[in-house]
Amino acid sequence: MKALRLIALTAAAGIALAGCSSTEDEPVGATTPTSGVGTPPPDTIEYFNQVVGDRVFFGTDRHDLDGGAQQTLAQQAQWLTTYGGTTVTIEGHADERGTRAYNLALGARRADSVYRFLVSQGVGSGRLKTVTFGKERPVARCSDESCWSQNRRAVSVVAGAPSS
Amino acid sequence: MRRTIVHAIVRAVAAVPAVISAVVLAALVLVAAPAKAQSQLGVWEVPVTVDQSFEPLPIAIVDFQTADPGLAGQAGDITGVLSADLESTGLFALIPKEAFIESGYRFGAVPNYNDWRVINAAALVTGEVARAPDGRLLVRLRLFDTYAEEEIEALEFAGAPTDWRRFAHKVADSVYTQLTGEGPYFDSRVVFVDETGPKGDRRKRLAVMDMDGANVRYVPGAEGLVLSPRFEPNQQSLLYISYDTGEPQVFLLSLATGQRERLGTFPGMTFAPRFSPDGSRIALSLSQGGNTDIYVMGLAGRQLRRLTSGPGIETSPDFSPDGTQIVYESDQGGRPQLYIMDAAGGGSKRISFGAGSYGTPVWSPKGDLIAFTKILGGRFHIGVMRTDGSEERLLTASFLDEGPTWAPNGRVLMFFRETPGPNGAPAVYSIDVTGRNLRRVPTPNAASDPAWSPLRTD
Repeated sequence: MKALRLIALTAAAGIALAGCSSTEDEPVGATTPTSGVGTPPPDTIEYFNQVVGDRVFFGTDRHDLDGGAQQTLAQQAQWLTTYGGTTVTIEGHADERGTRAYNLALGARRADSVYRFLVSQGVGSGRLKTVTFGKERPVARCSDESCWSQNRRAVSVVAGAPSS
Repeated sequence: MRRTIVHAIVRAVAAVPAVISAVVLAALVLVAAPAKAQSQLGVWEVPVTVDQSFEPLPIAIVDFQTADPGLAGQAGDITGVLSADLESTGLFALIPKEAFIESGYRFGAVPNYNDWRVINAAALVTGEVARAPDGRLLVRLRLFDTYAEEEIEALEFAGAPTDWRRFAHKVADSVYTQLTGEGPYFDSRVVFVDETGPKGDRRKRLAVMDMDGANVRYVPGAEGLVLSPRFEPNQQSLLYISYDTGEPQVFLLSLATGQRERLGTFPGMTFAPRFSPDGSRIALSLSQGGNTDIYVMGLAGRQLRRLTSGPGIETSPDFSPDGTQIVYESDQGGRPQLYIMDAAGGGSKRISFGAGSYGTPVWSPKGDLIAFTKILGGRFHIGVMRTDGSEERLLTASFLDEGPTWAPNGRVLMFFRETPGPNGAPAVYSIDVTGRNLRRVPTPNAASDPAWSPLRTD
């Protein structure tokens, strides 16, 4: 039932976006400096991941979005409203310096912070879902702040075929 | 029977006062550290309190005997497991066989008590193994108090020969209970998470082992990303978290049939499950819209009842042994602290007030203590406090100690300790509630999230 609703909402969001294609004369990710060599085309998930930026970071035990995070997410929202046909799973993660249960709850908070921000920027809530991984999936494996700061993150995992 | 032992120990005090009084102190009394001593410690000091004034009670274990040459190996194995159990408590010093004077002792005879007293053996453990006409294995125990010069226990266990390890644990439980006055715990199991693969992409599998690490069995179908398993009180099923649906959800798995089912199909993520002591209810955390609260579900109707509703993180619920209260952690006051509320909701009161943060509270089966994980000054500790929050004592300290679980008798805790760095991995440890006797529990691979079963009744 939930899955059906998700598909229906995604389709609706795609139709709504079709009327917004005139915004394309303002290229997505224009604020991000990019070199021409090896830059993926804008209508690809690779572009979202590498150029827009698929993740934001958090302070210890925090789930609020700082200026840098908000900038990244605004660009994510712009890309997502430009390219329909995509859905996003927002993964909330924590560093290893907490208990398993608390970190699961903290990851849920972080994913929800991103969810709320993207919705506030006009991304249809039906295209978004959140999941917490707590401290189960660190990307950086050392045990000091240089790694922990990379692991306290929320990652927007885009699926589907971007279409403008 | 217990009164006999205590009398025996008291009588023995006259003969070896230093040794026996230490054992009595260690085994029967929790030595509380003065709260003042803890508060004076700096952040980077390890405020772990351990009672150092202790010497184990010397006892002699005579190799279990048998008249059946076909059972000689099993008799030796049973003696080995029994000895390892008693030695693992840290409460007993096993006297080497080379020191025995009455080396020709035959099971069933009255021991020459003086020969055992001379080598300092306060207690003498003897046993015999035989096969019943119907094929069952018979294991007999006779336990003697050498100072009182009396037999203080005589038992016979009968069952399938393949269950010989359980007989050894039951014999050890009898000896332990008679000599300490504490409840048994060797005949129990532990469910845990077996971990392989790199730190960023661990493969996790549920496994069940005897409390001494023997008989590891993997739980079929419970693998991938699975977390925090718990035994049903009657040990027929497990609760655990699985990411089978792509997000964390609490599952119930029957150990007999292997059948798994997700508990409830409500939106949101569920984790931190615990059975009520009677097995009829489950407390868990449900996270919706970024907010995590505690709910209770009756297993019969599968209806969720919400117990907390604040904007904070409320998680890690655990029932009191009588099922009327729930201890949990909440960060409603800033950092996570421990609270107790009625099992029906309401009446919440904070019980931890120390520096740092507290999590994963678990209520002792005896009802007297709550064990927890504490994070303080960048270190992780396992600690205990009384249910009103008083007499807090930290038992361990390391880079990452987490998730205590109580032995059925409320005297020993297991937890997991993770080492730092890119190749860091967790392992299961046990420690006495006094803070003594830290030991690594052997597991085939890295292991985390241990949960102790009640004493076996099957």
